[in-house]
Amino acid sequence: MSIDIQKIRKDFPILDQTVYGKPLAYFDNAATAHKPLQVINAIDEVYTKYNSNIHRGVHHLSNVCTQAFEDARIKVQHFLNAPNAHEVIFTRGTTEAINLIASSFGETFLNKGDEIIVSQLEHHSNIVPWQLLEKRKGIVLKVIPINDAGELMLDALEELMSDKTKLISVAHISNALGTINPIKTIIDKAHARNIPVMIDGAQAVQHVKVDVQALDCDFYVFSGHKIYGPTGIGALYGKEKWLNQMEPYQGGGEMIQTVSFEGTTFNELPFKFEAGTPDYSGAVGLAAAIDYVNEIGLENIAAYEHELHDYALEKLAAIPNMRFFGTAKEKASVISFMVGNIHPFDMGTLLDKMGIAVRTGHHCAQPLMQRYNIPGTVRASFAVYNTKEEIDRLIEGVIKVSQLFG
Amino acid sequence: MTINEIQEEIVEEFSVFDDWMDKYSYLIEIGNDLDGFQEENRLDNNLIEGCQSKVWLHAELTDGKIFYTADSDAIIVKGIVALLVKVMSGRTPDEILESELTFVEKIGLKEHLSPTRSNGLVAMIKQIRLYALAFKAKQA
Ligand SMILES: Cc1ncc(COP(=O)(O)O)c(C=O)c1O
Repeated sequence: MSIDIQKIRKDFPILDQTVYGKPLAYFDNAATAHKPLQVINAIDEVYTKYNSNIHRGVHHLSNVCTQAFEDARIKVQHFLNAPNAHEVIFTRGTTEAINLIASSFGETFLNKGDEIIVSQLEHHSNIVPWQLLEKRKGIVLKVIPINDAGELMLDALEELMSDKTKLISVAHISNALGTINPIKTIIDKAHARNIPVMIDGAQAVQHVKVDVQALDCDFYVFSGHKIYGPTGIGALYGKEKWLNQMEPYQGGGEMIQTVSFEGTTFNELPFKFEAGTPDYSGAVGLAAAIDYVNEIGLENIAAYEHELHDYALEKLAAIPNMRFFGTAKEKASVISFMVGNIHPFDMGTLLDKMGIAVRTGHHCAQPLMQRYNIPGTVRASFAVYNTKEEIDRLIEGVIKVSQLFG
Repeated sequence: MTINEIQEEIVEEFSVFDDWMDKYSYLIEIGNDLDGFQEENRLDNNLIEGCQSKVWLHAELTDGKIFYTADSDAIIVKGIVALLVKVMSGRTPDEILESELTFVEKIGLKEHLSPTRSNGLVAMIKQIRLYALAFKAKQA
């Protein structure tokens, strides 16, 4: 099935605008994707039709709202092919999910001298929570290096794993380079030594089909806003055996069974990890986003994005002094580049004047920028609503800026 | 020339550009031409780290006047830095503290002074004034 881009673009009202008098061409999708009407309307409906606090009411609206929230959980469960709905915890996003794991898994399982392995291409969200644990618990963070193409060096992983390794936490897809990491291989290698693995799927769920059972990962986390869903909602899948043993993350309403000043007992999964009133409208929006993606078909989306990627890559490559960062064999629809030594900020500022939105800077992956010894890159990341005409404008813009800098 | 006269001169210079491309080309030219920043001053405590670009600012008091030298790794930022130095350098602390920066807005580059840009320029302007305050206190 080929997809009807013009029809899809109509679903995204935000695309229909001009910036500095030029039509908007939005290539900052890896930072956040726009929302289709289907998602906007679903959230609208929560507030216009059945808003009510969940799990606590005997009344009708509360039941409707609770049902919608739990349906959203089941939607995420099926989307990831998780065995059980209670293994899906709603969080504010990837960052909170990783912090939850660092905090709760850390509290329960980590002691001084224990080791956590991440990689050199991680987003700060998958670095800093572990560094906080280094401080709090005296654990040690180990780093899988990458080669020049931006691929993880798996031989090094073998050497990094030891009896002290308690968790490996890596991105499924790099936000700055687009590298698709061989997570199945990593998981298998880790499991051979009884080491659990967490996967940061923030850049993956919108591009590739994820099956947590086939992967056999122990944790998988992602953000709603990068998959055409609302901001402020994301999900954490965790194997029941871990989640049950882990200490709660935050305390409050919903997560308790009974509370007394002598002692409190905690609720069962998933509520144990969802303290306070959750973002149920966000969850409903996320469910609508998953429906939207499923309707078009992730394979169709991926195929189209690849076409855009290859089209852009070929044209960009023809520009003199083009430098690409991230040339892995397995790559998602993200292109990170510099032209000569033109500062990414300069390139981004001038492209913006032409109505072209790209991301510039270190992409919250400073250790990765240090690896390449650059201040940052210009990143164009593609989504299902982008077109080749937009890419032509990007290319034209990059050429123009390059000429300006002579 | 006073601070305001120089600001007016800059506004005048920029008024010939009605096309943003020409304006930015000129800014890039100014940025490329900025020199005078001594390598020995490229120190961490002269560094103003924006999320997007870096600015270095050094200040010296000579004969009651503050002389600023500055640099940036991004050329557009460096162009604006050059203009700021041109306006502010060689002034007494009082002149700097009493001045009102109006030219950036008038030449249509106000967006670069928005805190959301995170390019180091807002912090640089703050730092220029802080130096003036500090030197003034020292003189008193
Ligand atoms: C790979 C990766 N991990 C984590 C995050 C953080 O996601 P969020 O800000 O939605 O929590 C991002 C977002 O940029 C990302 O790309």
